[in-house]
Amino acid sequence: MQKSIFRPYVESETLRSDRSARDRSRHRQKVRESIRENIADIIAEESIIGQSRDKIVKIPIRGLREYRFIYGDDAPGVGTGTGDTKPGQVIGESEQEGQAQGGPGQKPGVDYYETDITLEELIDIMFEDLDLPNLERKNLRQIQVEATRKRKGFRKAGVRAHLDKRRTAIARIRRAIASHSTHLETTDDTRFPFHRDDLKYRRLVRDIRPQSNAVVLCIMDTSGSMDTMKKYLARSFFFLLHRFVKTRYQHVEVVFIAHDAQAREVSEDEFFSKGESGGTMISSGYHKALEIVQARYHPSHWNIYAFHCSDGDNWTEDNAQAVKAAEELCAICNLFGYGEIKPLNSGSYGNSLLEVFDQIHAPNFLSTVIESKNDIWPSFKEFLTHERPVEAAAS
Amino acid sequence: MGRAWTTPDLEQWDERIRAKAQELGLSCFPQEFEVCDQEHMLGYMAYHGMPAQYPHWSFGKAYEKLKTLYQYGLSGLPYEMVINANPSLAYLMRDNSLCLQLLTIAHVYGHNDFFRNNYMFRDTRPELTIGLFKLHADRIRGYIEDPSIGLAKVEEILDAAHALSLQCRRHTVIRKLTPAEQREHVLEAAQPPMDPYERIHKPKEYKEPDLSKIPLEPEEDILLFIADNNPYLTEWQRDLLRIVHTQARYFIPQIETKIMNEGWASFWHYRIMNSLDLPEDLHLEFLVHHNNVVRPHVGNINPYYLGFMIWQDLEKRNGGASSPSGHAAIYEARESERDVSFLRRFLTRELMEEMHMFEYKRDQQQLVVSRVANEEDWETIKQTLLRNVGMNTVPVIRIVDADFRHNRSLRLQHEHDGRDLETEYLERTMKYLFQLWGRPVLLETRVKNEPVTFSRTENGFERIKQ
Repeated sequence: MQKSIFRPYVESETLRSDRSARDRSRHRQKVRESIRENIADIIAEESIIGQSRDKIVKIPIRGLREYRFIYGDDAPGVGTGTGDTKPGQVIGESEQEGQAQGGPGQKPGVDYYETDITLEELIDIMFEDLDLPNLERKNLRQIQVEATRKRKGFRKAGVRAHLDKRRTAIARIRRAIASHSTHLETTDDTRFPFHRDDLKYRRLVRDIRPQSNAVVLCIMDTSGSMDTMKKYLARSFFFLLHRFVKTRYQHVEVVFIAHDAQAREVSEDEFFSKGESGGTMISSGYHKALEIVQARYHPSHWNIYAFHCSDGDNWTEDNAQAVKAAEELCAICNLFGYGEIKPLNSGSYGNSLLEVFDQIHAPNFLSTVIESKNDIWPSFKEFLTHERPVEAAAS
Repeated sequence: MGRAWTTPDLEQWDERIRAKAQELGLSCFPQEFEVCDQEHMLGYMAYHGMPAQYPHWSFGKAYEKLKTLYQYGLSGLPYEMVINANPSLAYLMRDNSLCLQLLTIAHVYGHNDFFRNNYMFRDTRPELTIGLFKLHADRIRGYIEDPSIGLAKVEEILDAAHALSLQCRRHTVIRKLTPAEQREHVLEAAQPPMDPYERIHKPKEYKEPDLSKIPLEPEEDILLFIADNNPYLTEWQRDLLRIVHTQARYFIPQIETKIMNEGWASFWHYRIMNSLDLPEDLHLEFLVHHNNVVRPHVGNINPYYLGFMIWQDLEKRNGGASSPSGHAAIYEARESERDVSFLRRFLTRELMEEMHMFEYKRDQQQLVVSRVANEEDWETIKQTLLRNVGMNTVPVIRIVDADFRHNRSLRLQHEHDGRDLETEYLERTMKYLFQLWGRPVLLETRVKNEPVTFSRTENGFERIKQ
């Protein structure tokens, strides 16, 4: 036999060639796409509220199986045993992950797998396609946002990546001509090297752009009739909203208003953890919102978004006032949304504000019913993709 | 634990191992070893060991999966990886001890000999392997970089092609008939059978065979058939289908001989290492590793174990290692068998009982033992095993008509052998088939003993009862 060749380990080569990098990143991209398609299920399944941003959630990946014609799992298999194996003995679960030796004929259970991502990443993926609706440009008190950097002129010092080769080369030629040298055209053995003064770097300055202001008013009913399930749904909804606003816009302010018969402005923590008590006067929440807007967020300067979640179990005497206040809110808000939490089988179908709110004809008013966890994501999307008619926006 | 080594050490030991291998009758391709680290090894595993392979996300997925399994300790890295090429190329792990390297080298010569001499590999053209895969990679990269094609379109075809790649002729050594030969074959088959009493019998009516039928005879090479017969595919799309087909075909002999091949390599590393007069520490370490490699996986089939047991048994039954008949028996089997025939011929009842083989079935969510190897049941278990070996795990599906009802519908038949197809996978795979063929696709199969036809058209997937 011919002598065999041994090629020793080469360090530098390993540093250079991460051959699977591209295929891995394409795979991750596909995982993300698949997650986005299944986001409604994930939201419904995962209890994501109030979790820390670094919490790792497990998400089943469905879109990434590699499909082939395979046999179903009614087909028997063969194994080797220890000698005490008896017919009828249970040897394991049907889905044996990581047991197969690869190759063809993998059972579907084997190809099923989960991926771990952090909650923050999940939220990023969720919100990639959404945008706050009807963000108008309000002219005053614009917040300065440092979005990117832009080029502006040149300088003599800088990092190598910003070196402008063309200008540097021109500077060298210019210097050569100025020094009455004819080296450039003649022979190549006399060098005319670059000088430190030739180097021209691009100068980058911070690009500060004014961005429209927005404030989001989260109004939640925390009255006695809001039981654990309802509050859970309302909180899930606001949690998404809050996270969304924070992820998308650096300079959006969020106001939390909790109300029963009275309304208070509360902190984020209180808002998401407060217990229930008392009766319900929805108008109180709206009045509080109006008050805050009057005091701090003048409509001519701010884009205002108000969302209210309640079970609709309002004191009947308050309804007229609530409608009036809601109309006022509509007048100053870009969008006013009302989500009624009616969990299935909760038995509280008696009162609903939806009918009452039918009187409101403002085009920027939107109401929806959330009956179960599965409704949260669809209604959330509906709120944020609500198109306001153009003529109304102009008024 | 274990001794450290340098490349010259390996070269010295290799001299002895190679001499021994030759003395014992192995005949190998020239061998090249490349020392690599874990990352590299994972990379090679994800890309089937090929130094060059076209880009596709499934390789990225394979890499992530292997890496996760490895990091969580669910699976170790293989000690080696050999690819069927001439010269043969094998990878050694940098961090392995001297003993493991020696075991690996001996093991690699076993694989090398098998690749060179087993009949399944006769047409794989190993001298071209690495260049071929490189060429494929370059062509596909070219399509991806072509601004009129791009990654998305290439991926679309590759995804579909991968789903169908193993739907091809499994007997790679049997030559495929040319179209002319197929015509002849069909005409011949249409002739009435020879009748010694034709003078007294009424002459049988001769039915003219339909020679315009496409395909003339049921066709197993689905990707090739589509590439040849769908007029609406562009040249680069056809090329992608042919590349995927060629690569699948290259790997079929390895799928078909997994047990034999691993068993053969283990058989020889065991024999060679034992004959090297290793110092005691190396020898003990070797035994530990060897027993780890060929240990039975309870509830499963470890191909190293099964193969190793059969080769040893085969040699013993034919007179043992020292006799020429024992030698001849194993060398003959190594050349002319594949897993199915190998197990059918040489897996005896005694061996099955020794390995405590059993058959299991799925009962709801559990796997339940249905039979254990004994006097009544060993043959049934063997039949079940044969069905789960090599390409028998891939359903046989043939194209029977490419112009069904004269509207270019593609009709396929599944050769049902008692095992039903998985419906979700069936649905998704038919979607790919429809995508490549561009016209309705019908698949005839059986579900729970009822004949069923599934169809996939532009309106979606449908199950048609018959």
